[in-house]
Amino acid sequence: MTKAIDNLQLNAEGKLKHFITIEGLSKTLLTEILDTAESFVGMTDQQIKKVPLLRGKTIVNLFFENSTRTRTTFELAAKRLSADVLSMSISTSSTSKGESLLDTIRNLEAMFVDMFVVRHGISGAAHFIARHTAPHISVINAGDGQHAHPTQAMLDMFTIRQIKKDFADLRVAIIGDILHSRVARSQIQALNTLGAAEIRVIAPKTLLPAHVETLGVNVCHNLTEGLKDIDVIIMLRLQKERMTSALLPSESEYFKCFGLTESKLKIAKPDAIVMHPGPINRGVEIESSVADGPQSVILRQVSNGIAVRMAIMSMAMQPQGGMQ
Amino acid sequence: MLAINSLLNTLETELQQIILHRKLLNPLMIGIRTGGVWIAEQMHQRLAINEPLGLLDISFYRDDFSQIGVHPHVKPSCMPAHIEGRDIILIDDVFYTGRTVRAALNEIFDYGRPNQVILAVLIERNGKHIPIAPDCVGTRMALTANQRIKLTGPKPLAIHLETSPDTP
Repeated sequence: MTKAIDNLQLNAEGKLKHFITIEGLSKTLLTEILDTAESFVGMTDQQIKKVPLLRGKTIVNLFFENSTRTRTTFELAAKRLSADVLSMSISTSSTSKGESLLDTIRNLEAMFVDMFVVRHGISGAAHFIARHTAPHISVINAGDGQHAHPTQAMLDMFTIRQIKKDFADLRVAIIGDILHSRVARSQIQALNTLGAAEIRVIAPKTLLPAHVETLGVNVCHNLTEGLKDIDVIIMLRLQKERMTSALLPSESEYFKCFGLTESKLKIAKPDAIVMHPGPINRGVEIESSVADGPQSVILRQVSNGIAVRMAIMSMAMQPQGGMQ
Repeated sequence: MLAINSLLNTLETELQQIILHRKLLNPLMIGIRTGGVWIAEQMHQRLAINEPLGLLDISFYRDDFSQIGVHPHVKPSCMPAHIEGRDIILIDDVFYTGRTVRAALNEIFDYGRPNQVILAVLIERNGKHIPIAPDCVGTRMALTANQRIKLTGPKPLAIHLETSPDTP
């Protein structure tokens, strides 16, 4: 499976063609994404915040699941690259009238699109589209089921590198609903590839996938113990909509044990940063004063999302060898 | 290796004359990465320009994205001041096809509308593809298509003439 994804994501020259998962991508390639994004951040000084890289290209945002941040930052990223963008949501599409996913894709292909940005509730949806779409089209995964959310992971890596400069000595804690989190999976892969010193997942047993240690993380079930010596704290949202059984006694009980409060934050290193992919459940996984506090970089993550998505989109739209 | 100092001296003189002639009181100097920045650093110091040097990376404005994609070592552009209404001295090392300068002008105009732009290059070689020409030049050279000028630097700054046997 991994090998198939590897081949699918990269062209014959090893350049990015699709961006479906972090898995199987090299440190060099991830670093190239971060470096390219760095240059797009500088664009915010321009009066006209646009570059002509993807002029004449058509990008379709295909969102089968709700999204605010991801969808708007993808749209803005595409517009800043001068592409034409079409944002489609499931509620207004023909899919709700019974059209199959492949038929939707074929119809959009017939409109001469160049890229699909896909969010779907089923794991593997973006991979499926990448496998079946026309060869000139690139596919970016904007979140598929519980599998991966690679652009979120990359914007998180970008934010970490912006502040901490290097991954080598970093101890990163990912706290909360790891079980349902596609973001956590992609973050763990990215942090491991970029060489973080330690990744610690902190959660109740019911919110951790079986054999989570095999992902290359240390496991801890106690927030107070787990926060010691931590440089980067990544809080995750409690994904109540994906919970099919009673995994927690109550939200207040969860907050008491795993919610990040000002006093618990003091256990981590004094210069630790607090991250959250959003949307935040204030008072459930994080205290408001922490989310809005001086160590929080949550809104910086949102801003960086534009530059990182610009980098990934422009790299995936590079000329693909043999097809020119 | 070509003697770079005399070219720098000529370029400095030409720039002094144009600054005087056009009565530029407070010009803003911008160098195009990478070689253009090295030349611009020299001119910035020699002409005692007040404001910090601007650095331009034109990678996102190149016209060959559909052929070669994004340059893997792109660096951020860095403009030290607002350029709206300013007199700009744009500096590059070698003027060849004119495509780099076209891209640079597009990028500059995305930062604002300057009053005027003066183009200064250390070497202008033959082979222009678009109707743009430098205002100040260190020297002009007629080269064959398989000859290439390469600047190394910044310390020491040197120019080399390379001849490729493979390209026509």
